[in-house]
Amino acid sequence: MQAQLLEGGFVDYSVEASHAFRAVMTAMARPGEIVQVLGALPPAPMSVAAGVVVLTLCDQETPIYLANRHDTPQMRDWITFHTGAPFAAPQDAMFALGAWDALPLSDFGIGSAEYPDRSTTLIVERDSLSNEGAILQGPGIKDQAQLSLPATQAFQNNATLFPLGVDFMFTCDDRLAALPRTTRIS
Amino acid sequence: MSDYNFAYLDEQTKRMIRRAILKGLAIPGYQVPFASREMPMPYGWGTGGVQVSAAVLTPEDTFKVIDQGADDTTNAVSIRRFFQKTAGIAVTEATSQASVIQTRHRIPEEELSADQILVYQVPIPEPLRFLEPSEVETRKMHALEEYGLMHVKLYEDISQHGDIATAYAYPVKVEGRYVMDPSPIPKFDNPKLEMAGIQLFGAGREQRIYAIPPYTQVVSLDFDDYPFHPSKADHACDLCGATDSYLDELIVDDAGGRMFMCSDTDYCTTRRKQGHIGAQGVPYHEDAA
Amino acid sequence: MYVAVKGGERAIDNAHAWLAQERRGDTSVPELSVAQIREQMTLAVNRVMAEGSLYDPDLASLAIKQARGDIIEAIFLIRAYRTTLPRFGGSEPIDTGDMQCDRRVSATFKDAPGGQILGPTFDYTHRLLDFKLAADGEAGDVTLAEPQTAAMPHIMSFLGRENLIQPEHAGQAVPDDLTRTPLELPASRALRLQSLTRGDEGFLLGMAYSTQRGYARNHAFVAELRIGAVAVEMDIPELGFAIEIGEITVTECETVNQFQGSKTQPPQFTRGYGLVFGMTERKAISMALVDRALRWEELGEDNLGAPAQDEEFVLYHCDNIQATGFLEHIKLPHYVDFQSELELIRKLRREVQSNMCKEAAE
Repeated sequence: MQAQLLEGGFVDYSVEASHAFRAVMTAMARPGEIVQVLGALPPAPMSVAAGVVVLTLCDQETPIYLANRHDTPQMRDWITFHTGAPFAAPQDAMFALGAWDALPLSDFGIGSAEYPDRSTTLIVERDSLSNEGAILQGPGIKDQAQLSLPATQAFQNNATLFPLGVDFMFTCDDRLAALPRTTRIS
Repeated sequence: MSDYNFAYLDEQTKRMIRRAILKGLAIPGYQVPFASREMPMPYGWGTGGVQVSAAVLTPEDTFKVIDQGADDTTNAVSIRRFFQKTAGIAVTEATSQASVIQTRHRIPEEELSADQILVYQVPIPEPLRFLEPSEVETRKMHALEEYGLMHVKLYEDISQHGDIATAYAYPVKVEGRYVMDPSPIPKFDNPKLEMAGIQLFGAGREQRIYAIPPYTQVVSLDFDDYPFHPSKADHACDLCGATDSYLDELIVDDAGGRMFMCSDTDYCTTRRKQGHIGAQGVPYHEDAA
Repeated sequence: MYVAVKGGERAIDNAHAWLAQERRGDTSVPELSVAQIREQMTLAVNRVMAEGSLYDPDLASLAIKQARGDIIEAIFLIRAYRTTLPRFGGSEPIDTGDMQCDRRVSATFKDAPGGQILGPTFDYTHRLLDFKLAADGEAGDVTLAEPQTAAMPHIMSFLGRENLIQPEHAGQAVPDDLTRTPLELPASRALRLQSLTRGDEGFLLGMAYSTQRGYARNHAFVAELRIGAVAVEMDIPELGFAIEIGEITVTECETVNQFQGSKTQPPQFTRGYGLVFGMTERKAISMALVDRALRWEELGEDNLGAPAQDEEFVLYHCDNIQATGFLEHIKLPHYVDFQSELELIRKLRREVQSNMCKEAAE
């Protein structure tokens, strides 16, 4: 148990985190684009990609919410050991991690008119992730893109809140895509 | 390499900046507050851009730094050296070969590609600051999308001067929502703000980061009867003959004689290497600069 | 024919070499040691520590040497170094009531438990240049008294006993850290005080002086000014209790200011507070006055529009590292933006002149 806990982090943090961030940034800047990320081996059920996001972006300053199946002692220990991030209720979380149906959007902070950035980023674990399905348009997208989303209406509703709203990362194995609040879905 | 962490900043600081960058990309044109760190160069000399670059760079990057469009201006040299020393990364003066470009006051003439990142140094990120000095007030204006003051200012320009009297740091509206300061680039560069690359803006002293994702709508503010016009000096470059580039003006003799040359030194050099010669130019030689 | 100006790299190298030589000065004069600066330029060292937000007399002395005595440049060196230091944790709040006072004066009571201690002050020196010092700087013998062991309670506590001074409410258990979170307005008092304690001494002095001259005057008396060493303790989670990790010298100033009250609320004095690293009493008193001026809203006073009452104005402009960087950046090339203005003004002039010609012709 203890040994497992210590494993699965970045070996060369500054270099691996720099690669991971560039991939995450590319995904957030180009909604729909699927990127590969490497370097994390978190305990189940967390995906490699979700583990990489947590290692790259989370620390003592980022309250994190683990939803349902993702809220296991092993996950908590791993996150605590590698990032020091405190665990929080959904409304106080800067990041939330879980499966789509365990993350009701109304639970999360959407920012305020003066500080729209103070909103939760949802890391949504997916069984599959591909460039098919919903059509995406908006900033970061030339003409249009496609992404397999778990829903349509919820993302459309979120987009109408702009400039408020939550932002999403979809993780599946070692792959990741993102959907900021600006993306229009059809 | 050096005793410092990769790209100087500690990892916690980088994470904080990285989170701000992601929120900036998610809310184009909105200024995200960040806890800017004290850098080993003065505030106002690119500390915001340097922190953003440090958070974005990977060891495999090729980095280019320009100030006023030129790679050889002293502050560009100083920032380039800083990253050579603290990140051990490759550097270049060729726009097309750079993966990350840090800039002060210009957008390169050459169109940037989708895999390039442009990092701007920003002195005053708040476009409304010169109209309203209070941060509390301007934050409210952005929240309420209350930009009437800016239009009044531009309109007063027209009634006084017959034209909009803003030549650089010309305000833009991003994705139909936030009015944004594109940093003090000449308005000639404004149309290039809609590009394939990622644009990140860092204001260190003012503790703000903002961003424009690729292909984002960026509109320079104007009026139907006074449309925005990206003007430049009505000359060709005297070194390379380019007629489509932004020009620096030089005073060349005691009589006030002037000449014009590209502010983008890489653009000018590349053209000269290709054999273009301006009115006062000479054929390009490697060592003669 | 024109050959473009190049050579930024070489110019920088040459400038740095020249700077190093200028710093050393005449080599026939012995080089200044860091220890000499630390021991004999103590007040400069203290200012660098205070505004650099790093308590390390040796590093502050080194910074002063490297900066050729330019105090703001030295503060800058310290700030930049400070940023790179790992953060192991936060200390317990220091207890200034337990201070080993080198100096302790009250302007409000002639005597109080612990007494008045003048300490090593310039206050009553006649400001006559001491030419003897040019040749011989030895101090001569001084008789040392026994160290004071009696408790030296804060003067304010005596006013507090009678409820004559407004009590201060406890803040957050762990206050926000100005150097780790972006300043947001309105700022908590903790953040304001952090900002003031590292703010520029000259700026705060000017602000404080302006309140005395009537721009948000609030009748300050120095209830107590104390300077001395305090213990710094840190909670060690592995041990389960706090241990002393060192000792620092600080200057604390509490002012007692004009009272408040109404028909229903008995009047009470109010307080301004200053706490600064090192022996820095001008700064600590200034800080207390500005702190008090900034509290107008909380204390139900009128906003008189005075600069010292304007939180945003004071906090955004008191940091000399921010200020000096931005001020000096106008030395950097601005060819591009200036060129765009040049084009614009020429165009506007052409338009006006052609209009004038037309009118003249008509």
